[in-house]
Amino acid sequence: MGEDAESPKINHTFLRDYVTEADVISTVEFNQTGDLLATGDKGGRVVIFQRETESKGESEEVGETGDSGEYNVYSTFQSHEPDFDYLKSLEIEEKINKIRWLPQQNAAHFLLSTNDKTIKLWKVSERDKRPEGYNLKDEEGRIKDISTITSLQVPVLKPTDLMVEVRPRRVFSNGHTYHVNSISVNSDGETYLSADDLRINMWHLGITDRSFNIVDIKPANMEDLTEVITAAEFHPHHCHLFVYSSSKGTLRLCDMRASALCDRHTKLFEEPEDPGSRSFFSEIISSVSDVKFSHSGRYLLTRDYLTAKVWDLNMDKGPVETYQVHEYLRSKLCSLYENDCIFDKFECVWNSSDSVIMTGAYNSFFRMFDRETGRGVTLEAWRESSKPRAVLRTRRVYNGGKRRRGDVGVDSLDFTKKILHMAWHPSENIIAIAATNNLYIFQDRVNPEAQVQ
Amino acid sequence: MRQAESTNLNVLIVCSGLISKTSCDMEVSVEAKRIMVVALGKLYSSRTQRGGLRLHRSLLLTLVMKSARDMYHEAQTTAESAAPGCEHQQQQQHQSTGEVATEPTGVQTELQGPASLATGKPRTLPGEEVVCSPAELRRDAENKENLCPTPHSRKRRGKAAVEPDFLPCKKAKLEQQLIVNSVLLDYVNCSSELGAHPTPMPLQRAIAAC
Repeated sequence: MGEDAESPKINHTFLRDYVTEADVISTVEFNQTGDLLATGDKGGRVVIFQRETESKGESEEVGETGDSGEYNVYSTFQSHEPDFDYLKSLEIEEKINKIRWLPQQNAAHFLLSTNDKTIKLWKVSERDKRPEGYNLKDEEGRIKDISTITSLQVPVLKPTDLMVEVRPRRVFSNGHTYHVNSISVNSDGETYLSADDLRINMWHLGITDRSFNIVDIKPANMEDLTEVITAAEFHPHHCHLFVYSSSKGTLRLCDMRASALCDRHTKLFEEPEDPGSRSFFSEIISSVSDVKFSHSGRYLLTRDYLTAKVWDLNMDKGPVETYQVHEYLRSKLCSLYENDCIFDKFECVWNSSDSVIMTGAYNSFFRMFDRETGRGVTLEAWRESSKPRAVLRTRRVYNGGKRRRGDVGVDSLDFTKKILHMAWHPSENIIAIAATNNLYIFQDRVNPEAQVQ
Repeated sequence: MRQAESTNLNVLIVCSGLISKTSCDMEVSVEAKRIMVVALGKLYSSRTQRGGLRLHRSLLLTLVMKSARDMYHEAQTTAESAAPGCEHQQQQQHQSTGEVATEPTGVQTELQGPASLATGKPRTLPGEEVVCSPAELRRDAENKENLCPTPHSRKRRGKAAVEPDFLPCKKAKLEQQLIVNSVLLDYVNCSSELGAHPTPMPLQRAIAAC
């Protein structure tokens, strides 16, 4: 694969990783309406994109809705700065691990962003009017000479150019000893959880100096540590339920009504290990990297290194569906271990109707699985095939068997081009794919609305 | 002392070379050793990376090491019952220090062995605080060198010793060595103390130490 020549963000490839490391996107998230899309990067910045609502110029076809569907930069701000823990002499990275939007309650938008240690609540508001006609100040803000004022006037709000203001409203710090991997807003709209390797805390959005610890899996003796928490999420409708995944490949559903400390799970979801497939790396590849509730709240989607699994909340014996994302890598685990790729954490997402799941892979490939047919398709997030209006063609990885033209061999996969982060629009077939420091937004023009089952 | 340092680090790197040259028919144990060496390297380097030690990653690495150690141990046991000759004797030597210590002893032996040849002293690791039957380990080390085809390992070591370019500066070397050795020491300490086949114990020390 060639080097990126131009990209939405400045990418001086001759300076390569050192310069652009900060531009690597580390999280992507749509808000509840899908009008806003936020990305966080390793440099601690958040970029918010907004969908255009008015069609500029002529419409494509007669009868088409005014939605041109293009996402443009709405606001950019520095969310987190590099920090230093003086007690442990450790640097705290500014990389944004997760962004979660709050449900909108008024004209302003709120989002939570977190790095390894600190969660922040940001208020994003627009200003498109300003008062004019002050009595004591002139247009430029200078104090008027009192003697020139002969009458009183009421200042009038006049429209101005749109200005987007982003202000930090809350800073939730000192809640975590270990590295925060997830945040999830509760359906009650008042609380949210944050999870690190060993603990999950629940916060109230209005209170920053206190949090409740709801899960603590830290053993009395750290030498007895066998698993860590890898992801956590609140149920989309039931404010008392949340789930967390572990490095052992298990999921635990917890009910906060049962007790204040939810160390004892309400349900444990675990698939018995297949003894025939045991290898040196069995533990690593069974570690769950992401867990997501379906929109219905009935299913869970998890991702481990080689597969994506759908679990039914009512059945804890094992997943109801298992999708092979890149099974051809199973024989390459040793080299993936040596080059660190085996530790990559892929995310997974549902479409709006829970009929399709999507997750990322290597070589800028990402996979979509239709749950009804069980079939998967491989797509590529690559500039050459991503000109505006171009149709994404499906790709195939060749691993023995009949080779077709256009197939990519397993050994020619580029493992530096990994699709780890992605998001699916809450109601339409629009997806946002983060490929290193590039953001791709794909829209389904044929079936823009999700098919409701 | 300085020579010992450089030799030890050379040896650690040479280990991976040695591994591939080992006369073992057991590819599993060869791969197991390689995996362990890589895991140690990753654990060490994660201490210096930005953002501090990643608990999840460290845990996975130690689990891999444990898997590799267990598989190596199994392979050695089967080999011992099957293969005669040099290897058999080697296994017996290992057996004498306790079943479990086989793997870590193996690695540590390789560290100590050539170094002891170089310095003429059994004590090779600076700052070492080995508590567990060092005499036995040393004996194994020396014996192992005698049992195994020494010309290969000697030759290797010599070659590595004259190639210091890829090695970091002396100071870094010492630190690197100490860190790696302290991980191994914890390992060895625990395994020999426990004697029989341990559970997660020794490896978790690596996390705590980090």
